[in-house]
Amino acid sequence: MKERLISFLLFLCALVSIASLAIITFFIFQAGLPLIFRVGLGNFLESSLWNPSGDPQSFGIAAMILGSIWVTLGAIVVGVPLGLAVAIFSAEIAPPRLAMLIRPVIQLLAGIPSVIYGFIGLTILAPAIRATFGGPGLSVLTAALILGIMILPSIISISEDALRAVPSAYRDGSLAVGATRWQTIWRVLVPAARSGIVASVILGMGRALGETMAVIMMLGNALQVPRSPLDSATTLTSNIGLELAYASGAHRDALFATGVVLFVLIMILNILANIFTGRVTFWQRLSAFRPAVFNGRAAWRRRNT
Amino acid sequence: MKRQHSQLVAFAGLWFAASLTIVILAIIIMYILAQGLPYVNLEFLTGRPLEQGREGGIFPTILGTLALGAVSLVLAVPLGVGAAVFLTEYTRPSPLTTIMRFGTDSLAGVPSIIFGLFGFIFFVTRLHMSWSLLAGGLTLALMVLPTIIRTTEEAIRAVPVAYREVSYGLGASRWQMVRTVVLPNALPGIITGIILSFGRAVGETAAVIFTAGTALNIPTSILSPTRTMAVHFYILAVEGISLQKAYATGAVLIISILAINVLANALITRSVSRAVRR
Repeated sequence: MKERLISFLLFLCALVSIASLAIITFFIFQAGLPLIFRVGLGNFLESSLWNPSGDPQSFGIAAMILGSIWVTLGAIVVGVPLGLAVAIFSAEIAPPRLAMLIRPVIQLLAGIPSVIYGFIGLTILAPAIRATFGGPGLSVLTAALILGIMILPSIISISEDALRAVPSAYRDGSLAVGATRWQTIWRVLVPAARSGIVASVILGMGRALGETMAVIMMLGNALQVPRSPLDSATTLTSNIGLELAYASGAHRDALFATGVVLFVLIMILNILANIFTGRVTFWQRLSAFRPAVFNGRAAWRRRNT
Repeated sequence: MKRQHSQLVAFAGLWFAASLTIVILAIIIMYILAQGLPYVNLEFLTGRPLEQGREGGIFPTILGTLALGAVSLVLAVPLGVGAAVFLTEYTRPSPLTTIMRFGTDSLAGVPSIIFGLFGFIFFVTRLHMSWSLLAGGLTLALMVLPTIIRTTEEAIRAVPVAYREVSYGLGASRWQMVRTVVLPNALPGIITGIILSFGRAVGETAAVIFTAGTALNIPTSILSPTRTMAVHFYILAVEGISLQKAYATGAVLIISILAINVLANALITRSVSRAVRR
C-alpha cells in the first residue's frame, strides 16, 4: 500500500513539468490572444506603429519583430563561427589539459548573469562603438556582439557533444586514406556531426531571441526599424521587459500578446532543435511507438549513421 | 604541401578562437572585479541601502537573493528529484514518459521573460500573492525544475545496476531500494544540480523583477516583496543611480557565481573520481 502511494506521488512529480508548460501556455495565451483578435493578427504583426497610451491606441509590433530578427541573426553571425571553432578545438585538437580547462570556462560563461553581460555591453562596448563607428553606441551591433558571446555555451557544449559522438572509425578511416587532420575534421567529422551542430545553432537562436535584460541595457530601446547595425532598436523581449512594470488595461494585454508571439517562435525553435538533436520529437515517438528505439540518442545515432 | 599549409592556418584559427573565448571570460570577470572590489567592504555587505541605493550597502538584497533561492529550491528539489526517480526507476519508456520529457525539454527552452509574464499574471495577479518571495520563488522553481530533473536523472543512471540487483536480492521493496541505494549513491550529482540551480536563481532578473518585485526592505515573511542582487544591479545600472555601487554589486554577484561554480565542479570531480575508483 505504501509502495503504491509512493509510486503515485512520484508519478505526480513527473507530471509537474508538462503541467506547468500547459498552464504557462494557457495563461499567456488567455491574457494575450483577445487583443490579437481585436487588433487583427495581420495588423498586429505588420504594423510598426506602437502607441499603447495614445488616442487612438495602436498596437503594431513589426519594429520589435525586425529588431529581434536583426539582433538574433547578428548574434548567430558572431557566436556560431567562434563557438564551432571552440567546439572543434576542444573535441579534436586540444591537449587534454587544455580541454579540461575549456569546460569550466564554458560553464562560467553560462553562469554569468545576463545583467552582467548587458552591463559590459553598456559600459565597455557601446562607448567603443560610438567612438569608432559613430552612431548612438547602444546599437544592434553592440547587442549582437555581446549576445554572440552569451550564446557560446549552448553552441559549444552541444556541438562538442555531437563531434565527440562521431564514431572513431570515421576519423581513423579518413586519416588512413591520407587525409590531414584538418581535412578529416572539416570534410568528415563536421558533416557527420551536422545535425547536432544545427541543433546547437537553433538553441543559440532561441537563447538570443529570448534574452531580455541584457538587450534592454545594450540596444538603446528606440522604437524604430533599424536601418543599419549602428542604429538603436527594440525587440519583442525588451519591450515587454521595459513596459510591463507600468502597463495596464489594453496596453498590458498587448504586452502579453507580444509574449504569445515570442512564445510561439521559441516553441518552433525548440521543436526544430529537438528534431535535429535526434532526441526524436514527441510526435514522432508517439506515432511510431517502438520500444526498441528508446535507448536514447545512441540508438538513434546507430540507426542514422 | 598545400594541404599541410591549410591545416596550419586552420589550427591557428582554432587556437585563436579558444584563446579568445578564455580571454573574453577573463576580461568580463577582471573588469567587474577591478572596478567593483575597491568599493566592497563589510559596511557595503552588511549595510542598508540609502537613497535608492546611491549610498549605503546591499544587505537586504543579499538576504533577498538567499531567501528567494531557498524558497525556489524547497519547492523545486522534491518535485524534480521525485520526477527523475519516477522517470528512471518506476517506469519504462512509454508515450506518457515521452510527454513528460517533452514538457521538461520545452520548459528548459522557455525564455525567462515568459516565466516573468506567467508569474506576473498567474501568481502575482490571479492568485493574489502580489510581488512576494512566494510568487518569485514559485516562478523560479518552475524555471530550475528541468535542471534538477536532468542532473538527477543522469546521477541516478550512473548508479551501477548491480547495486540495485543486490538490494532487490536482499528482499528490499522498490522504494526501499531507491531510498537506501539509488539516492545515496546519486547524491553528489543531485547536489551539483541543486547548486547550479541556485546559481540560476542568483543571476536571474527578468523573471524575478516582475514576480518578487523591487522593494528594498529586508523580507520579513514569505509574502514580503523583495529585491535580489541581480535586480538591484540592473536597477542601479539602468536607472543611472550609482555606477560605483553598480560595480560593487556586480563584483559581489560575480564572486557568488564563481563560488557556486567552483563548488559544483568540486562535487562533480569528486563523484567522477569515486566512480573511476570503482
